[in-house]
Amino acid sequence: MKQIPEYIRVPASMGSLQTSLAFVRFCLASQGIGEARLREVELAMEEILVNIFRYAYAGRNGEVEIACRLEGGGRALVEVADRGIPFDPLSHQDPDLRAGIEERKIGGLGVFFVKQLVPDVRYRREGERNILTLPIEADPML
Amino acid sequence: MEITVKKEGSASVVSVKGRIDALTAGEFEKGLAALMAGGDYALVVDFKGLEYISSAGLRSILSTAKQLKAKGGEMIFAGLQGPVKDVFKISGFGSIFKIFDTEEEALRQV
Repeated sequence: MKQIPEYIRVPASMGSLQTSLAFVRFCLASQGIGEARLREVELAMEEILVNIFRYAYAGRNGEVEIACRLEGGGRALVEVADRGIPFDPLSHQDPDLRAGIEERKIGGLGVFFVKQLVPDVRYRREGERNILTLPIEADPML
Repeated sequence: MEITVKKEGSASVVSVKGRIDALTAGEFEKGLAALMAGGDYALVVDFKGLEYISSAGLRSILSTAKQLKAKGGEMIFAGLQGPVKDVFKISGFGSIFKIFDTEEEALRQV
């Protein structure tokens, strides 16, 4: 069992998306997590990262740290941290899923997906950092 | 992501392969906008070859669907595969859009 957390630090820009997703996929796959669950986590991670890349640094340059720690028993802990403006994405109101095409508001689905796919996701502000913690269970949610 | 378009009677069939994510959704939406600009208001979107879609892709779909509806048009879907079907389901898109198993079935409904 690996005890040392592995992490990467990337520029907070869309050009880092594929590298970041590949890092998390590689980490979770090494834990034996199956393809269906890998795809769900990939979706959750895209939604989180795109939000940070677009908004966290309000147009300034910045970085994002992604850590992936294996916890045994097919579980892992993924942490995403930035030093941008304090922002809790989980406080976002859920979209109205029953609204028709004309009434349905554009946006708000990304965070909703994160909550559906990783129900135990948590946010905390620690010093200058926004930190999202995603405990990953091996079984697919959907 | 790869997009191909063909005409079938009064409808346009848009087939998308690969991934619609935050990196490719803009191109997908531009493709749909070009069809609308050319007067195509009946779109069948064939997702048989689509492996992945994120909220960026759904945003493009909803934005296009709103514009089509305002013009009396419509966008319907066919061929959704496992992961894409799941995303449609949890987002509620599965109940606000008409979805068919195959392109042929969808074309019969246009």
